[in-house]
Amino acid sequence: MTTGERKQFAGSIRFFHWLVAAIVLTMLGIGVSMISSLADYHRLISIHRPLGILLLILVAIRLVNRLLHGAPELPKTMSDQEKFIARASEVLLYVLLFAMPLVGWGMLSAARFPIAMFGSVHLFPILPHNVMLYAVLRKTHTVLAYLLFFAFIAHFGAALFHSLVLRDGLFSRMAPWRASSEARN
Amino acid sequence: MNDPKESKPSIELGHRTAGQSVATPPDGLRGNRQMTSDRTLERENRPVSLTAAEILGRSAGIGILLLAVMGAFFYLDGGFSPHKLTQARFVDGFEKVNGVHPGFRRNHAKGLPVTGYFDSNGNGTRISKAVVFLPGRVPVIGRFSLGTGDPNTADAPGIPRGLGIEYQMPDGEEWRTAMINLPIFPFKDPQAFYDNMMASAPVPETHKPDPAKQAAFMASHPETVHALEVFKSKEPSSGFDNATFYGLTAFIFTSGEGKATPVRWMLVPDQPYVAASAAGTPGGDKNYLFNGVIASILQHPLEWHLILTLGQPGDPTNNSTSEWPAGREQVDVGTLTLNTVEAEETSQTRVVNFDPLVLPAGISPSDDPLLSARSGVYSESFTRRAGEKEEPSAITAADIRKGAQQ
Repeated sequence: MTTGERKQFAGSIRFFHWLVAAIVLTMLGIGVSMISSLADYHRLISIHRPLGILLLILVAIRLVNRLLHGAPELPKTMSDQEKFIARASEVLLYVLLFAMPLVGWGMLSAARFPIAMFGSVHLFPILPHNVMLYAVLRKTHTVLAYLLFFAFIAHFGAALFHSLVLRDGLFSRMAPWRASSEARN
Repeated sequence: MNDPKESKPSIELGHRTAGQSVATPPDGLRGNRQMTSDRTLERENRPVSLTAAEILGRSAGIGILLLAVMGAFFYLDGGFSPHKLTQARFVDGFEKVNGVHPGFRRNHAKGLPVTGYFDSNGNGTRISKAVVFLPGRVPVIGRFSLGTGDPNTADAPGIPRGLGIEYQMPDGEEWRTAMINLPIFPFKDPQAFYDNMMASAPVPETHKPDPAKQAAFMASHPETVHALEVFKSKEPSSGFDNATFYGLTAFIFTSGEGKATPVRWMLVPDQPYVAASAAGTPGGDKNYLFNGVIASILQHPLEWHLILTLGQPGDPTNNSTSEWPAGREQVDVGTLTLNTVEAEETSQTRVVNFDPLVLPAGISPSDDPLLSARSGVYSESFTRRAGEKEEPSAITAADIRKGAQQ
């Protein structure tokens, strides 16, 4: 057995990746559904708020974990430009994942709306009561959501393209299953 | 496509596969996993170089999958159902009928902020564990309003009067309520409210509603006809101060023991009822109802009793257009006192959304379809006006100073 380079992200990194991916997709779906449904608005927003805060916590843990464990090398077949895009898109996704729940929390604070979690548990406001600020943040929340959605589409599309067309082993870095032993030896 | 890029991984993968078969450990379980991985690798390897058609086909497949995901979100967004009544379309309806008045609520636009407190007598604790019902005092902010979308409507006894109250509990929880001076609601669901709004919109030629449209709406909505009869049976009071305000919709109150009770509530004034016709309508004052409550509140604090009506099993909780049978138990849970009044230009109340689903633990929504819809539409209205430059309100700080001098 040689000590060749690592080909896969650490198991904990992959676990958080797929968990957060599932929650983010759920949150985007709830987000667009609730603002266009009179009947389900309340039910959906009652899930959206605490799930968003859970996401914020998970993303914070995820970032620390990612910084601790580092990343395996990108396939040698990728050009420097492609590698730059890959790394920049990871940074962009992290920024959006932090920004979305923080802007949501902030906009409810600025509207002086209780940030209800469950039962009588609610969060403290993180911004002063200012409806103009609320209006700006509310719009920002929507714009960031679309940005996150299209970033997800690009990310998902690129993963599929690498996996099915380029077949350069990029996808196996983050695959939910453990890659073959040769990837680890 | 990109030839050098294509060939490189193929060679590398081929090499790896070969090396791997040698390295397969003898352990059974491990061997199994190994085989799966081998198959995966083989599958990835099989077309050592993809033909142009394969590349095209796979890329197209990816494209179709991505489009399908986007389509699914577009569906959730209501994109495929342009006539579905959404929050945005509902508020568009208000704007269509009333015009856009920047900075104002899209309904109940004309209003007057008030503040005071609620003294709970503790009788509510057996029905709900909500902190507001523990014996003691909590501060409240509120707002009197007229139920129209025009902030300059002339006061008239027949326009529904609103009172929004926010109870502020010591643990940081809030209970926001939005009531009107009618015992039941004339519309059973948001669609009926919207359809009536459209049927009652003034026609440009006559500046009056189209009677044919209104008649058609009534013919298909017997519950609205019933509600209007109930309204006719009791004349509105002469002012805001002697009006009873109703929560209309049933809510579910839950006690500390977990017992759930359907509840409707009302605020019953200590100020004696005087019929609007008996008091007369002062001519020339477009704001006589608001000026009246300013004068009244500055003379003495105004008081209401918060009365809970307890529903029995079988009482409908999803229909605000019908009363519960007479004789339901009523519990007086405390006294609401309003003792200060402020103009919207200086008050924080203008920027509060009296969302009826901001509830403390111990009170939860019933299955009435109006509740979620109200919450959503109020939020949309709030978002729109929050970003607008406010125009002055009909009731100004000068009106309040004038009231103080009387």
